[in-house]
Amino acid sequence: MTAAIIETNALTRSFGELIAVNTMTISVEAGETFGLLGPNGAGKTTAIKMLITLLPPTSGDASVAGYSILRRAGDVRRLIGYVPQMLSTEGTLTGYENLLIFARLYDIPRSERKTRIHNALKFMGLEEDANRLVRTYSGGMVRRLEIAQSILHRPQVLFLDEPTVGLDPLARKAVWEHIERLRNEYGTTILMTTHLMEEADSMCGRVAIMHRGKVAVIGKPDDLKASIGRDGATLEDVFIHYTGSELESGGNYRDVSRTRRTAKRLG
Amino acid sequence: MTSPGQGARPSGSAEAALPRPRNPLSVIRGFVDKTLAMSEFEVRKIRHDPTELIMRAVQPVIWLLVFGEVFTHIRAIPTGNLRYIDFLTPGVLAQSTLFIAIFSGIALIWERDLGIVHKFLVSPTSRGALALGKALSGGVRGLPQAVLIFILAVILRVDINWNPLALLGVLAAVLIGATAFSSLSMIVAFLVKTRERFMGIGQVLTMPLFFASSAIYPISVMPRWLQVIAHINPLTYQVDALRTLMLSHGVSEYGLGLDFGVLIFATVILVIISARLYPNIAR
Repeated sequence: MTAAIIETNALTRSFGELIAVNTMTISVEAGETFGLLGPNGAGKTTAIKMLITLLPPTSGDASVAGYSILRRAGDVRRLIGYVPQMLSTEGTLTGYENLLIFARLYDIPRSERKTRIHNALKFMGLEEDANRLVRTYSGGMVRRLEIAQSILHRPQVLFLDEPTVGLDPLARKAVWEHIERLRNEYGTTILMTTHLMEEADSMCGRVAIMHRGKVAVIGKPDDLKASIGRDGATLEDVFIHYTGSELESGGNYRDVSRTRRTAKRLG
Repeated sequence: MTSPGQGARPSGSAEAALPRPRNPLSVIRGFVDKTLAMSEFEVRKIRHDPTELIMRAVQPVIWLLVFGEVFTHIRAIPTGNLRYIDFLTPGVLAQSTLFIAIFSGIALIWERDLGIVHKFLVSPTSRGALALGKALSGGVRGLPQAVLIFILAVILRVDINWNPLALLGVLAAVLIGATAFSSLSMIVAFLVKTRERFMGIGQVLTMPLFFASSAIYPISVMPRWLQVIAHINPLTYQVDALRTLMLSHGVSEYGLGLDFGVLIFATVILVIISARLYPNIAR
């Protein structure tokens, strides 16, 4: 049994009346790719925001890479990488410059910066585009650049919030391949959110299905599919079985408009 | 094999952790380096796309060439021994950097929408360095304005003081003043969180700051109540410092010590507040 690298204990966050994440208790092992699966508005992004120390929980606690998100947020930040759902790069800068700022913010020694940036770009297949302005990149390239940004400091845990939202199938596949290589070659633990059943199925060792802020069920995709006792069951069937509701895209106005905006920027 | 860093390493090993700066000296060095990194990020953006700077040049040109020339000619404003255009030039420099700074916070709302702010906040960077670095870049944006206004001043035969120390003083006053007003702008962005509301409040703030200062007329001609406001307005002290340093016959009303003291004090307070509010924008 490998040690848990992420552990949450009744993690809860409410916004006024709304309980966005409700007593979430999960445990992710080192080297695992773990998926939070659910429609928009299920509480996935809120859960990630708490784990990466952006949002304090209303109650409960969690530890990431051995440190409490409440008491040792600074240590957690050193050891994690994060790729937000939106396209979070600066279009008026080159790919190289987008990485340079993070190399400095992550205390990478001056003598190592150049090599690490070039290696990260190469790893993500962007070496030849390093000196082009990011606004000339395609959506898939931007996403790969963001992953390059987030791995410069060799994080133990990488948080990916809807890594392929809005990407076309080809770009999506390229992103998946790179994430997989990252896991295979470096053993980076990955916690990702997705509302795509196919993505969860092919990428994640285990998934937690979330519905209205609560974890409905946790398990390996294949086990979950087998557990509902129906041949040829998909994760979608699993979702319906455990939550008793259709997998429709819910989410509030802000979530939807954000997703649309991201999709629009991707072209 | 390609690697994201130098050489591969097994996950979860101790060396994955970057050294945590412990001693006070390296903490300070880290703070300074990250503050400068944040500013450099902004400066690089301007370098790739200087349109903004060019657009910003229009306003001071109009103030000096139109307003300045007309009011110098009609001698409506009592400015003692100084010609009105001499009196006005440092005021327009302060005003143009104020206008740049006071709207700089909108970039944070934009960066929030893009998720860039989130990534900064997730990095091991102190909120103070994030806030100061961003504000400082608002200050740096003001420096090209200073160059432009010096060129205009030469054309308008303003009585410029070319002493190198005085010129450095001008740059410092521009930088510190604009950093303070950028911080104020960031605080507004953190509180209102939407572009529309931000623009509204930005408009509401600029005019009173500008007119309740000694930028375009001496405080002595103001009604009593406005004089009180002008005396607590940091812009007044920035203008006073600029007037003292920029002009050969500039005389300080409050003394450069008080001028810079007020500007630095305002900057420190505003940066502290904006650093405290910074995480709010990502929630």
